[in-house]
Amino acid sequence: MALPQRKTDIGPPHYKDYLPPVIQKNFGNWKYHEIINPGLMVHVANSGDKIWTVRVASPRLLSTDTIREIADIAEKYCGGYVRFTTRHNIEFLLSEEKNVQPLIDELKAKKYMIGGIGSRVSNVVHTQGWIHCHSAAVDASALVKVIMDEFADYFTTKSTPNKVRFAVACCTNMCGAVHCSDIAYVGIHRKIPRIEHENIKNMCEVPSTVACCPTNAISPDPAKKSLKINADKCMYCGNCYSVCPALPIADPENDGVAIVVGGKVGNLRSYPKFSKLVVPFIKNNPPKWPEVVEATKKIFNAYISGANKHERVGEWVERIGWEKFFKVTGLPFTFQHIDDFTIARETFRTAATFKW
Amino acid sequence: MPKKYDTPLLDQLEGGPFPSFVTEMKKAAAKTDMAADALGQLERCFKDNRTHWKHGGIVGVRGYGSGVIGRYSDLPEEFPEVAHFHTVRINSIAGFFYKASFLKEMCDIWDKYGSGLTNFHGSTGDLILLGTKTDALEPIFAEFSSRGWDLGGSGSAMRTPSCCVGPARCEWSNINTLDITYAITQEFQDEMHRPAFPYKFKFKTVGCAVDCNAAIARADCSIIGTWKGKIEINQDEVANYAQKGMDIQGEIVNLCPSKCMSYDGKTLTINDEDCVRCMHCITRMTKALKPTGEKGASILIGSKAPFVIGATLSWVIVPFMKMEPPYTELFDLIRKMWEWWDEHGKNRERIGELIIRRGMREFLEYIGVDPMPQQVKEPRRDPFYFWAESDFAK
Repeated sequence: MALPQRKTDIGPPHYKDYLPPVIQKNFGNWKYHEIINPGLMVHVANSGDKIWTVRVASPRLLSTDTIREIADIAEKYCGGYVRFTTRHNIEFLLSEEKNVQPLIDELKAKKYMIGGIGSRVSNVVHTQGWIHCHSAAVDASALVKVIMDEFADYFTTKSTPNKVRFAVACCTNMCGAVHCSDIAYVGIHRKIPRIEHENIKNMCEVPSTVACCPTNAISPDPAKKSLKINADKCMYCGNCYSVCPALPIADPENDGVAIVVGGKVGNLRSYPKFSKLVVPFIKNNPPKWPEVVEATKKIFNAYISGANKHERVGEWVERIGWEKFFKVTGLPFTFQHIDDFTIARETFRTAATFKW
Repeated sequence: MPKKYDTPLLDQLEGGPFPSFVTEMKKAAAKTDMAADALGQLERCFKDNRTHWKHGGIVGVRGYGSGVIGRYSDLPEEFPEVAHFHTVRINSIAGFFYKASFLKEMCDIWDKYGSGLTNFHGSTGDLILLGTKTDALEPIFAEFSSRGWDLGGSGSAMRTPSCCVGPARCEWSNINTLDITYAITQEFQDEMHRPAFPYKFKFKTVGCAVDCNAAIARADCSIIGTWKGKIEINQDEVANYAQKGMDIQGEIVNLCPSKCMSYDGKTLTINDEDCVRCMHCITRMTKALKPTGEKGASILIGSKAPFVIGATLSWVIVPFMKMEPPYTELFDLIRKMWEWWDEHGKNRERIGELIIRRGMREFLEYIGVDPMPQQVKEPRRDPFYFWAESDFAK
């Protein structure tokens, strides 16, 4: 069969064509919303119209079978309208209250995980990992799965002092938002890239590879028509491998996960914050990374027992102090925790006040 | 029938309450050869404790330099169906709203030409079609574009802009995040589809400082809705919150970062002049508090992940800009910024890194923005600054 005529530079469809009628009618005229339970909220418009939202978890990676099922459910209860959140949750949008409970019943029967609204754990922002990425130092979806299984109750029913946003990035390129998340995981390497001298000249541009290194550890090796890496300067970020495929860095014996905590993107109460390193390395242990889950439980439990209402993880840690964070979590403090990169001196303590 | 692989390691990730990506892959693997080999190779990754994908080689559709990312197996003999397994980025709809009819059509196309695996959505916000062969790219593009859907950005180009749900379903949005996102996308189609920048450039637009799309952390240009007027207080609703058990002094007044509120047990008072519009009180008492007056956005520039000099959050450049169609002021600013970045940026240098390298002054002067205290947390601490001829004339 002949293909349809292609069009270029048309951009995406106009969003108005994809909004449910109740949203088209009340666009920009919402008055307030209420969270009825962890998986259900209602927005009320100035006109008195209401829209109910039922939120369910998603692994982000969806098969066409599952998308068809989601579409069927949306047709049955939501006039065919459904949306996704920036954290990959699925949201069913209903303009009629009578459809809410039947929808929830069907979702439960089909084993969807309902929740994630309000001060609790929401879906995880994450990257491709071993499913589809060349530079992944760890798998991402498996970490998401074991963490969300562990903290499932905090998605579906229980609450936390404020939102807890998990994120996973499978390497330091950080396609996931781990640099500003409450509790996040980043895949790291611990050994320098291997140089495939015979491939460099065919696969790589020497100047751009030299220039991409954050610590100037790479220099040309004219004799070999290749590159040299200064092992004392390399901090194993893997940026060079993305520029030059002849510098593989994946290492089954030495790759693993770091845990960073205390970041946030919202401006509420305190400035947006970067996540900070609390566990420098846990060796990869597929398929379930139990040591990562254990370390996370220490952090999560210390947070929910120590934080005041409305405090994000980073706000709680700043109130008690990082020295106390390491005390209450029992996590060891090492040389890797002390910064020696571009903003190191901003992080050293410049006061005589601290806790024992 | 696609080939079936034993997956004892991945099978362990199918139990538990959270939906399993392994189950999703198995559903697709039952239908397409590509997904079957992707599953087989993933099991192998778990066994070998490492990834088996590699990159390199430019693939795409005719006339475009972006929208498709080449991906290849490093075990092509063992898993021939994923020897080529490219990603296609479809430009998602602003606000991520979909209709069931489109989703079903999309599934039919994708089962025919690809693996049947997707991401809703990728980290930047594209609808990701995960894995297909080089020959299928043109047919996929013809099928989608003829139905009104285009490819997103990749490489050194404007990436697919994205936004929070905004005024579609949120009472806090100060700007039409969906419309701004749609307008930017349409205005800069060439910049998105034909990479000509030093490196990637991302836009994220959010309606308020809650920032439900991580604009301040994940976009070279972060557009964050804000307002200039007073916060209108409904004292009856304040009383309702108090009656329902909210400790207004402890949970609201004491947590205000600029200490601009007070509460005498009956009446809540806000000194609007000292409010920094952080959104804490409004999000906790949404029925009682409502921003009024002039609405617009703060434009912040420069956030990115750690490569190369460390992660950055975006910096305030234009503290307030009106945000109404046709967005001429915004587009003029964007074009100016890009011109400067194109002129001076090195290969793979983000605009934030260039600002650090050449100085904020040069950037502000080029784009025609005056210095303002709103742009900094504090003035400089060192005595090492430049004087230009123009400064002497003042």
